[in-house]
Amino acid sequence: MLKHLDEYRDKKLVEKLVRSIESTLTRAWTIMEICGGQTHAIMRYNLLELLPEKISLIHGPGCPVCVTPIELIDQAVELGKQTDVILVSFGDMMRVPGSQEDLLSVKALGGEVKMVYAPLDALEIAEKNPEKEVVFFGVGFETTAPAVALAVKQAQTRGLENFSVLVSHVLVPPAIKALLDDNQNRIDGFLAAGHVCTVMGTAEYLSLAASYQIPIVVTGFEPVDILLGIQKCIAMLEQDRTGVENAYPRSVKPEGNPAARKLLNEVFTPVDRRWRGIGSIPRSGLKFSEVYQKYDASARFTLAHAEADEPEICLAGEILTGRKKPPDCPAFGSPCTPDHPLGAPMVSSEGACAAYYRYHKTDPS
Amino acid sequence: MNPRSRQGLQCPIPKSDYKNVLLAHGGGGKLTKQLIDQMFFPSFENVFLRQGHDGSILPAIEGKLAMTTDSFVVDPIFFPGGDIGELAVNGTVNDLTCCGAEALYISLAFILEEGFLLDDLWKIVQSIALSAAHAGIKIVTGDTKVVEKGKGDKIYINTTGIGRILPGLDIAPQHCRDGDAVIINGTIGDHGMAILTEREGLTFESTIESDTAALNHMMLDVFRKKPGIHVVRDPTRGGVASALNEICLSSGTGIRLIEERLPINDGVRGACEVMGLDPLYVANEGKVLVILPENEADEVLSIMRAHQVGSQSRIIGRVNGKHPGILHMQTTIGSTRIVDMISGEQLPRIC
Repeated sequence: MLKHLDEYRDKKLVEKLVRSIESTLTRAWTIMEICGGQTHAIMRYNLLELLPEKISLIHGPGCPVCVTPIELIDQAVELGKQTDVILVSFGDMMRVPGSQEDLLSVKALGGEVKMVYAPLDALEIAEKNPEKEVVFFGVGFETTAPAVALAVKQAQTRGLENFSVLVSHVLVPPAIKALLDDNQNRIDGFLAAGHVCTVMGTAEYLSLAASYQIPIVVTGFEPVDILLGIQKCIAMLEQDRTGVENAYPRSVKPEGNPAARKLLNEVFTPVDRRWRGIGSIPRSGLKFSEVYQKYDASARFTLAHAEADEPEICLAGEILTGRKKPPDCPAFGSPCTPDHPLGAPMVSSEGACAAYYRYHKTDPS
Repeated sequence: MNPRSRQGLQCPIPKSDYKNVLLAHGGGGKLTKQLIDQMFFPSFENVFLRQGHDGSILPAIEGKLAMTTDSFVVDPIFFPGGDIGELAVNGTVNDLTCCGAEALYISLAFILEEGFLLDDLWKIVQSIALSAAHAGIKIVTGDTKVVEKGKGDKIYINTTGIGRILPGLDIAPQHCRDGDAVIINGTIGDHGMAILTEREGLTFESTIESDTAALNHMMLDVFRKKPGIHVVRDPTRGGVASALNEICLSSGTGIRLIEERLPINDGVRGACEVMGLDPLYVANEGKVLVILPENEADEVLSIMRAHQVGSQSRIIGRVNGKHPGILHMQTTIGSTRIVDMISGEQLPRIC
């Protein structure tokens, strides 16, 4: 695996790609990478230092932790405090601030909050604790949703009645559409999230590219992958071409992963969803389909649904839609830091603000 | 784990009426005495321990002293490459060593959970005895308390260490100078990933072993031959990144790491990739960072490499005045980025 990874972190290949990008470039372009994992890699390897100044990379809303609405975090916090509940979550969610507190604080005060690496681990916890209600906080894009779908199906097979999911899954294509519908947007091309396309394939992106006459390049997560994505996107822009190209063919097939997609379609159905900092996007979230509704934690428990206020100074919405970059925010670095995050992009490892702060403190370009 | 400890585990446990720790083992009565007489005294044998006072009366020491304290609460208590006992001794010895001291004496305080297996306590005591003998530190006083079942987690160990500062040494982060070399004695992140993979039940191609080791013999050799070194620090919790950040902050100088020079075991790298962790922030228990004038680096490297715990010593970066107070790194692809102080624990990613 490591040898394989090293190939995509190779200095010579990186230099070659940068030279190739430079040679094609005739004017300034703005490209948005959708996925927070890509933002993180761009900052970690400081690709901005290597790329020509004419290329502006702006960072999209593809950080599931960042876009989870504050009221859902509050609901998770509320569940974590209930004595008959074990709240199970991915590690990323533990420090995301709700309107009052985060899950780590709930855990510190004696709430049963457990961190797992996979949704199936939550089933094990449910099996071992039959006297407790076990709620999994299902956060993530099309990449993690199939694993949650699988867990729910297995819960059904195993007859686990004490398992449910607080669903906060979101979908990428409706978010891209919402970004493009905003006529203030300055996006010339997209790098689509390779892992999402590994599951979903490229069909949805073909129709987006055709409707909005824009190039979309399916892109991976290592420096060489990202530069290859940028190279293809720039080539398309310079040649005035639109459509979808695949710069991550070692993982993404046009049809995606049919088994995972089937699982998603069976267990979930699209629903309008509020994105933290952005607002409601039509059919951009997932909820349980009728057959699996009994696993919906928001139906099983009586939870507050009040929309909570974000700190006024935080520009999370403009950051997540690429209208502003993290250093443009007056709160960036002071008072907003990973130790005292005002908004989710500063706390999640894939949030744009955290990536800037962690790797550069200021604007790295 | 070093080969000595493996032999030690073969010693049979002394006969006892009980298989598990009872509250009475910490009550100061017969069972406490039995524990001391049968388990601790014969294992840690030395004249200071046998004095039988409330504390230990130690001979006069010439020169400056170093004193350190630490608590060990690791879970699991037995892990690939070591156990909580070995960790307690090595950790204390290494803290003294990083002050420029020769480690002399250590205290041991056990907090045991009711019901803890005496067999396991025996294994840990043997491991402590062997690690202390290997490091040449004497266990001179101790204490045992037992807490009710559920009020603790099997066993906690607290130590205090005392050492004598070697004459002529002056180690402090403020002594960093522009151009100084930064050396590490081997691979990073081994201990943290050994614990994490064991705790989470994750298996990879090969087992990741903790690097727990006493560094005093190697470093005393360095101190005696090259007393002009500037800074010594063991990158334990928070890893290499946190230790170097602390040095940058307290010295006001910058340090530039070279990513491709960082020694990382394939197992640790693979596990970190899978779990979304950065080995620079993962704990070490047998590593030391040495910052010294560049022109002394070659000699110090050969002194360190002559010891088993230093066989993989290498330069991983340099003190660089261009970015005061900031730890930064030349990445594998040639760009530069900051290596920040981590905020809280590293949390595994979602996707």
